[in-house]
Amino acid sequence: MSWFLSVFQSSIGKKYIMALSGACLSFFLMAHLAGNTFSFLGKEAYNSYAAHLHSLGGFIHVLEACLALVFLAHILTAILLFIDNLSARPTRYAVSATDRSWSASTMPYTGALILIFLVVHLLNFHFASKMISTADQVKTVLGNPPLGFFYLVALSGLTLHISHGFWSLFQSFGANHPQYNRFLQRGGLSMAVILGALFMLIPLLALTTDGFLQ
Amino acid sequence: MSLINLTLRIWRQSGPEAQGAFHTYESGPISTSMSFLEMLDVLNERLILSGEEAVAFDHDCREGICGMCGSVVNGKPHGPEQKTTLCQLHMRHFKDGDTLVIEPFRSRAFKLVKDLIVDRSAFDAIIAEGGYVSVNTGGTPDANTIPIPNPTAEQALDAAECIGCGACVAACPNASAMLFVGAKVSHLSLLPQGQPERNQRALAMVKKMDKLGFGNCGNEKRCEKACPKGISISNIARLNREFMKAVLFSNEK
Repeated sequence: MSWFLSVFQSSIGKKYIMALSGACLSFFLMAHLAGNTFSFLGKEAYNSYAAHLHSLGGFIHVLEACLALVFLAHILTAILLFIDNLSARPTRYAVSATDRSWSASTMPYTGALILIFLVVHLLNFHFASKMISTADQVKTVLGNPPLGFFYLVALSGLTLHISHGFWSLFQSFGANHPQYNRFLQRGGLSMAVILGALFMLIPLLALTTDGFLQ
Repeated sequence: MSLINLTLRIWRQSGPEAQGAFHTYESGPISTSMSFLEMLDVLNERLILSGEEAVAFDHDCREGICGMCGSVVNGKPHGPEQKTTLCQLHMRHFKDGDTLVIEPFRSRAFKLVKDLIVDRSAFDAIIAEGGYVSVNTGGTPDANTIPIPNPTAEQALDAAECIGCGACVAACPNASAMLFVGAKVSHLSLLPQGQPERNQRALAMVKKMDKLGFGNCGNEKRCEKACPKGISISNIARLNREFMKAVLFSNEK
């Protein structure tokens, strides 16, 4: 146990926690998106997808518990790193660099935005009363302009977060080679844009199209 | 040869515990053929004649190979030119009337000594922890007795280019020393001579780096951009691999 703790208390150990949990969360995002795409096929298909998911019973609760643990590891390690990194430079520079990468430099802030979004999103769906069908719930929540816009903003934050995260987790695992570096960088960025765009399409459709999920 | 006049805002601090502040100086006419440090020499000559204390800054070889010089100029360690140490930065890269803000490297692990001088002995402490190979004494070995493939030797030499100036730490938003440690671990772990202590080296150097108060790497690549020797972050990836391999598959603790 002490060996385990000392490894994951080191800076590189924490880097691996961020990368490993980030990779798990990326897979979760892809699975979540795959489920979401049923909404483009209409109300029936979407409700049927939701019903199938819920019929998994105990298995889905085990998955949920694992997911919660992964989220917790990612968030807690991020907070520890953020605090330690702030104190690593007690005196700031008078002139700071202006050419920092957007996505990388905003990681803690987009991360915080995603955390707020996560809470709102869980309240909207997971902990909401299940009186109406999932499709109607989506339509009600995302069709509500303030909430719908908040989802769009949060999802842009998520896109920015993963546009750095996808490449970054490979670098943390030590996967860096001229043979595939360009593929990882461009592939990571494209994946982030595609994922973000498809996620954002749902609140956009809910806000603008009356026939969506009808 | 043309002359330019600059406004210099320089961090002045009389000692480690003293309160520091920016002082503004007019450079007077500066030849564009001068190096950045020669420009500071000119300023110091004038300060000394006027009875003011000279600006303290580190320097040694002034050829870009010793790693002693380095300050942050307008937010960039070693100034605006890529792959250039401060001593090799020439004044022709600046325009007449420019304002230059000159600050010391800032990091919890680099204590400020005076003005622009910081104590980078934290790097020496990391090297002492494992950045060496043990070689038995004896007769001089013949050259090329140990075969090393050329691409491997090139990679090791690329990493060995690191002069330990600390610009990577200064440029990193988190003041992390991963590029330095990555370069040092890489150049020895790539070579046959570095194999016996390979695992121990990775673990010990990372442990020391953390203990000295450097920040954590966030893969932002600022270090690579600032490095006067163009050390690549592929060395950080190798350090991550070396560390995990040592943790999971070696007997070292």
